[in-house]
Amino acid sequence: MTTAVHPYIDSLLTGSAITASPHPWLDLRRGAALERANALSVPTTRDEDWRFTDLTQLTRLQLKRASAAGTVPKEVLDACAVPEAGARLVFVDGFYTPELSAHASDMRRYDGPERRVLDRTSGFRSSTAAEVFTRRSSDVTVMPLAQALSARPAALEPYLTRVASFEQNVFAALNTVHLRDGAVVIVPPDAACDKPIHLLHVATQPGTVAYPRCVVVAAQGSRCTVIEEYVGLAGEPYFTNAVTEIVVSASAQLRHIKLQREAAHGFHIATCSVEVANAASFASQTVTLGARLSRYELNVALGEGAGADIDGLALISGRQLADTHTLIDHAQPNGRSAQLHKTIVDGAAHAVFNGKIHVRPGAQLTDSAQQSRNLLLSDKATVDTKPQLEIFADDVKCAHGATVGQLDAEQLFYLRSRGLPDRAARNLLTYAFGASVIERIPVRSVVARLERAVMARTGATA
Amino acid sequence: MSATPHLDAPQQAGKILLEVRGLTANVAGVQILKGLDLTVRAGEIHAIMGPNGSGKSTFAKVLAGHPSYELTGGTVLFEGRDLLTIEAEERARAGIFLGFQYPVEIPGVTNSAFLRLAYNTVQGARGKDELDPLEFDDFIREKMKLLDMDPAFLDRSVNEGFSGGEKKRNEILQLATLEPTLAILDETDSGLDIDALRVVANGVNSLVRADNAFVLVTHYQRLLNYIVPQYVHVMEGGRIIKTGGKELALELESRGYDWVLDEYKAAQHAALNSPVNDSEDNPGFPPRPPFPTPTSLV
Repeated sequence: MTTAVHPYIDSLLTGSAITASPHPWLDLRRGAALERANALSVPTTRDEDWRFTDLTQLTRLQLKRASAAGTVPKEVLDACAVPEAGARLVFVDGFYTPELSAHASDMRRYDGPERRVLDRTSGFRSSTAAEVFTRRSSDVTVMPLAQALSARPAALEPYLTRVASFEQNVFAALNTVHLRDGAVVIVPPDAACDKPIHLLHVATQPGTVAYPRCVVVAAQGSRCTVIEEYVGLAGEPYFTNAVTEIVVSASAQLRHIKLQREAAHGFHIATCSVEVANAASFASQTVTLGARLSRYELNVALGEGAGADIDGLALISGRQLADTHTLIDHAQPNGRSAQLHKTIVDGAAHAVFNGKIHVRPGAQLTDSAQQSRNLLLSDKATVDTKPQLEIFADDVKCAHGATVGQLDAEQLFYLRSRGLPDRAARNLLTYAFGASVIERIPVRSVVARLERAVMARTGATA
Repeated sequence: MSATPHLDAPQQAGKILLEVRGLTANVAGVQILKGLDLTVRAGEIHAIMGPNGSGKSTFAKVLAGHPSYELTGGTVLFEGRDLLTIEAEERARAGIFLGFQYPVEIPGVTNSAFLRLAYNTVQGARGKDELDPLEFDDFIREKMKLLDMDPAFLDRSVNEGFSGGEKKRNEILQLATLEPTLAILDETDSGLDIDALRVVANGVNSLVRADNAFVLVTHYQRLLNYIVPQYVHVMEGGRIIKTGGKELALELESRGYDWVLDEYKAAQHAALNSPVNDSEDNPGFPPRPPFPTPTSLV
């Protein structure tokens, strides 16, 4: 092992020697990632892509991987329940935790009686596999990475560590070096998975770093919704460094809902890379509420006639920083993308949005719209938003806009003239600003949960 | 001469709800209200008419407590209480209602949640029981029938994408929901076709009681065919320059405003040349009260 150029990365690489596994292709990729991790440095604010996001605090932390999963109180799990879900995989401090998961393995194993056993142990009410999948249900795979590697190696090899590039991304490289546990969802051709699949990551131990990995492969013509959720319980700093790889094959439809609710002292850096094949559609809905510092990089590559709807909402306060970088790559003709990113920034918090739309030569008839809407609730709150259009085709329709504003005085007066106290009126309008993103999430319990979370944050009562 | 002609108004006067004396107000440093006087008693309907820019809407907003106006003088008592020192929301809870000329769209807040929140806030302030969502749903659906409104409006965002007429109906629905003591309806008739006007007017008429009062701010006499006022005031240059009965509205409709202004100017001239300036016979020029410390609403 060579020595990393940066002492912080060096410390994170301690004990990460890659030993031979039954999957030589994966060992090679991890070896390559280790080389990159050694070669790359921690980004600083001198790097254009990290101008506003200072990682100094993170690099001062002494972090190590947890040696075992911590305990998660039942009320925390209950508070994260998604009753509509057909399956739930739970990871605690980076460890897959079967006793908290439901439909945890190949789903056909779960019939009625076994499900009831699961219900008793986890308190998780879920349906039978037959209800989950309307077609070819027996072939759908929702399982932890280690199990998937032995059960479906051929299905994983083309995608795992290959969709998300780590060449220039030190955090993706570190995640790849430390690849151990993760979630795998494989939806076979033409299967319609009508119930969402819930992937829940819980951080319980301060001073630890976890490297969750999530791989979703939606085969041709299939349909699926995946909810990726991060929750933190630790009262002291910890670090979640996550990588998600998503493949939406031709004509498939995939919805990815990401809920980031890390604890107040947590650090969350995540990369999500998505390949959307011809005529496929991808919907991404990200809600960012937690973490002292968070950074989300979402890269979406669109094939011919493919579509993407990318929604984001960050609601932050105190001294939080939430940085969202997105890249929508129109690589082929006839692609469509619509992006709405909203931030609500209170206290001395800082929201960053960088949304790049890249239209390559030949990606004619691309139709792309991007909106960045930002609401500042205090004098000390800041937002830096940078829509970036890079268009190299001549017959395209691209629109973008960014606004930064405060609550509307006429709306406030209207509400107050009907008896609402100033505070309640402000909270209601703040909630309403975010509601347009939240209410587009087609999972009722998630919407209700987020409504409560946002209202608790703003103090609204309606 | 007198600015208060004999009126065939109700003989026994109700108690005074609103008493405005010498009200002056600025917006962005420009004086809009220049000494406005108005008394409204329970059981009365007043119409305030006047040309564009005369200060009608400003007066309506000042009464409701809009923070953009700087109050520079005068007094406003509502049921004997100083209105100018309390916030807009307290005025609403005290029983003041402003029907907006341009109702505000609030995307993301459903009409039903908004109406229930407003209703429960005002009810709570009056020491009455609040309604839970189901009870309120029954309550509000009855009110909507009165205004011939589709219950589908409950699920839509407040005023968002409503037509002009739908917005005005929604204002009257709020009026019917909050049951204020004094309602100021600012240009409620604008943007309404004749059928909608009739529906809105019927809604208002059904809410008229002996213990409440209405002030209708309007450009046109048309509304007053449906909601008949006892008093019609002409506003010009930030003050009320003439008060008459309902027939004044018809006269204004046929003759315009210029003659009222001419009459007023002549009276002003006569008053200036009169040996006794503070005569009882000259109610158009009441002695100004000394200016109080300017009261700001913010």
